[in-house]
Amino acid sequence: MTTNPVPTNQIGLTKQDYVGAKSTLCAGCGHDAITSQIIQSAWEMGIEPHRVAKLSGIGCSSKTPTYFLGQAWGFNSVHGRAASVCTGVTLANRQLVNIIASGDGDSMSIGMGQLVHMIRRNVPVVYILEDNGVYGLTKGQFSATADVGSTLKHGSVNEIPPLDPCTLAMELGCGFVARSFSGNPKQLNMILKAAFAHKGTAFIDVISPCVTWNNHEGSTKSYKTLKDKEMPLHELGFVPFYELGAVEIPPGEAREVEFPDGSRVTFRAIREDYDPTDRFGGYRTIHKARIKGEFLTGLLYVQQGKPTLHDFMHLTEAAIATLPQALVKPGPEVLQACMDELL
Amino acid sequence: MSLAPSTSLQAEETKTLINDFSIEVATVNGSGSQTANNALLRAIFQMGIPVSGKNLFPSNIAGLPTWFQIRANAKGYVARKHDIDLMICMNPETAKDDVMKLPSGSTVIFDEPLKLDTLRGDLSFYSVPFQQIVSASCPEPKLHKLVKNMIYVGVAANTLGIDMQEIRAAIAKQLKGKQKAVELNQTAAQAGFDWADSNMLPQDRLRVIRDNKTDGMLIMDGNTACALGAMFAGVTVVAWYPITPSSSVVEKLSDYADRYRIDPATGKRTIAIIQMEDELASAGVVIGAGWAGARAMTATSGPGISLMSEFIGLGYFAECPSVFMDVTRMGPSTGLPTRTSQGDIGLTAKCSHGDTYHICLYPGSMEECYQFTYQAFDLAERFQTPVFVVSDLDLGMQNWITKPFTYLEGPFDRGKVLDQTQLQEIQDWGRYKDTDEDGICWRTIPGTPGGKGGYFTRGTGHNPYAGYSENPEDWKSNIDRLQRKFLGARAAVPCPILQSTGSKRGLMAFGSSDPAVVEARDILRDTCGMPTDYLRIRALPFTEEVESFLRDMEVIYLVEQNRDGQMASLLRDFFPDLAVKLRNVLHYDSTAITAQTIVDQIIAFGK
Repeated sequence: MTTNPVPTNQIGLTKQDYVGAKSTLCAGCGHDAITSQIIQSAWEMGIEPHRVAKLSGIGCSSKTPTYFLGQAWGFNSVHGRAASVCTGVTLANRQLVNIIASGDGDSMSIGMGQLVHMIRRNVPVVYILEDNGVYGLTKGQFSATADVGSTLKHGSVNEIPPLDPCTLAMELGCGFVARSFSGNPKQLNMILKAAFAHKGTAFIDVISPCVTWNNHEGSTKSYKTLKDKEMPLHELGFVPFYELGAVEIPPGEAREVEFPDGSRVTFRAIREDYDPTDRFGGYRTIHKARIKGEFLTGLLYVQQGKPTLHDFMHLTEAAIATLPQALVKPGPEVLQACMDELL
Repeated sequence: MSLAPSTSLQAEETKTLINDFSIEVATVNGSGSQTANNALLRAIFQMGIPVSGKNLFPSNIAGLPTWFQIRANAKGYVARKHDIDLMICMNPETAKDDVMKLPSGSTVIFDEPLKLDTLRGDLSFYSVPFQQIVSASCPEPKLHKLVKNMIYVGVAANTLGIDMQEIRAAIAKQLKGKQKAVELNQTAAQAGFDWADSNMLPQDRLRVIRDNKTDGMLIMDGNTACALGAMFAGVTVVAWYPITPSSSVVEKLSDYADRYRIDPATGKRTIAIIQMEDELASAGVVIGAGWAGARAMTATSGPGISLMSEFIGLGYFAECPSVFMDVTRMGPSTGLPTRTSQGDIGLTAKCSHGDTYHICLYPGSMEECYQFTYQAFDLAERFQTPVFVVSDLDLGMQNWITKPFTYLEGPFDRGKVLDQTQLQEIQDWGRYKDTDEDGICWRTIPGTPGGKGGYFTRGTGHNPYAGYSENPEDWKSNIDRLQRKFLGARAAVPCPILQSTGSKRGLMAFGSSDPAVVEARDILRDTCGMPTDYLRIRALPFTEEVESFLRDMEVIYLVEQNRDGQMASLLRDFFPDLAVKLRNVLHYDSTAITAQTIVDQIIAFGK
């Protein structure tokens, strides 16, 4: 018997076990590149597909959960509100790994309130904001992340300042905030793996050009503009917990953050040293870059050890949805006690 | 100071009303009158007389007028009674109106400085120097305001013949565990009683005489009953946002859960109760948790249901078990948030856009609040759909007497759920495939191992295998199946309660109107010679009994506490030919319905 030529991960699954249905997005859509990295990183991390809940709202980005992890459970819900669905899912079963695929229209307008409160509660989820500055499915209107001066295809110019999802998330105390670019698969892959290792809300704003409505000259989120302006803060490395000791990190050359499962992320400075654990320093760097018109990417802020939703709720470790009846239905003596109190 | 009623009754001799009268207490919101009123209510109840207590409170924390109505009735009529027999006036702002609205012959106890006894010549007035009594009996001036109301409890007990022992017990019950407060209030009540003993001539119009009609019964509110129903139904995820009059459902549940829903092995909770940022998010949590296999619920009121509508439509279409409790208040808009209504019948039945009908349960008593909430979880999982429990402020927040609840035995109905083993055996599973031809498909719970259970849930068109579909045939067959599923619930929802006299004249009602209808039927029979049959609707979809009743009666008076006859509209949807027999009997001034309203409207239709 010959050895299996198809590579498998640590739980014996091939990458094929992590793919989903064929994408129906436009050819060249940045979102498909993100989907590829979700598949790649979930496979590399050895996540069990049956333990994954893929949740989304409404929009092009929200269609993507169909295209990855076909063996997982997916829920394409209502506009901007995957965050609350996810909160319900994780309360019901805290053993699940949650992924939200959202977009700038979904998360930064109607979904803003839910996103904010999800971060406040530190709901365990990898939240991927596939950010292209326009509404795709309704044919090219500006979203709340459209830059000032960016034009629509038919020429109108955006004058209203954008929201920055990352500084917002940092301000809210999110313990994992990253910005990446669908055209930088290597970096996105590292960030996603680190996000899976994070406990609590991992928020990733991935700038993802819309080839149909926002890839023209005058758009600040076209492939060309983004490629020209992208400025990675650091070169990221990810050492998963199961490979500890196998990778040597040259001392003194990189920053390092350890995650609860033992995984480590390394940061090698590219231009100047950036401390991803310094929230205020991070704001300064991001704001300066914005003024200069630079597009900074990288793992902007990491803080481990914050209590999550499950800590706040004091729930049993087992999924409460499927606890045996004896644990969730008090006996007749309890009803009797409740009645006696009222007598 | 009056030794006798200051105005003698003119003309007619009044006969004594024994264990059959109503009391109204007018106070200022936030003055602590609730404890006093509940003590009075409970004392009469402990004397063995059926009572109900209705708090007409403002949407305000302190300062606005509030009224508390107690009805005592030996026959067990506990609906609101319009005419007040004993008025206790403590609020200067409303005192004059409170007196002017009374029927001739009523008795008034008032705070002396109000000098109300010159207002009318056809009432019995008792002027009581409350400040003087409280000053003499309570040593701490800063507590005078708090215990002043307890003085009228003592005065009323004396004049009505309520045993002070019962008043003391009722106060102890109200303030359980706060010994100092108990003593302070008992002393105040006694001071009021003693003052009345020495200073008031006994009246013989209103009298409480010990009876045994409340033996083994207790006083409860519907929100507590619903909370108990949910706890014993094994609810595991509760998401909510505070809104009057529903908030106490979750607050009570939370109290009970702290004691009775802790895993003994780990000390951790077996229930998640989470206050969300709004009703949109609460609905999202409930739908998400139901999808993930939890027994999930929220409690809200009309405005909250409006906000939840989009998610409820998703829950219906994507088939997520979930329980939505609507403790209805008076709308539209902010409306009268502290007043009762049955104005969400249409909203809940067809909540969301497109073609929807939801399973709705309409409890009409404390026991049904408990049972139906429990049952709602079984129905939600059996039919994989949102289920509404439609209560109202009158049921939810007012004081009702009830028998103690019976423990609901047996296993939960978790519905059609495939586990790993079953999935391995099934060759051709589709999440929305109607294998059993009952409209209910087999689902899987996220996290089920084996690699065969995953599926994609969406609010967009889908085929039996949960795949995205814009195919007109897929769409139609799916939406038709949802209708079959809904109608299939006829066999599972609570059937209506029929009380037949062989009449061809029918009364129909639902929910909190029941006590008023019961009383109205007796009045119609005894004083108008008009016997009626009575069918109380308890659920949507309507069962066969509803159709038979519509067919068998010549005319049906449908009692509703809303303006538009919303239940009548639903009956018209399902039984257009029979619904022509319906006559709307409506009450929607924001107060709880009375028997007299029903009688008057039926009489007005003519024989």
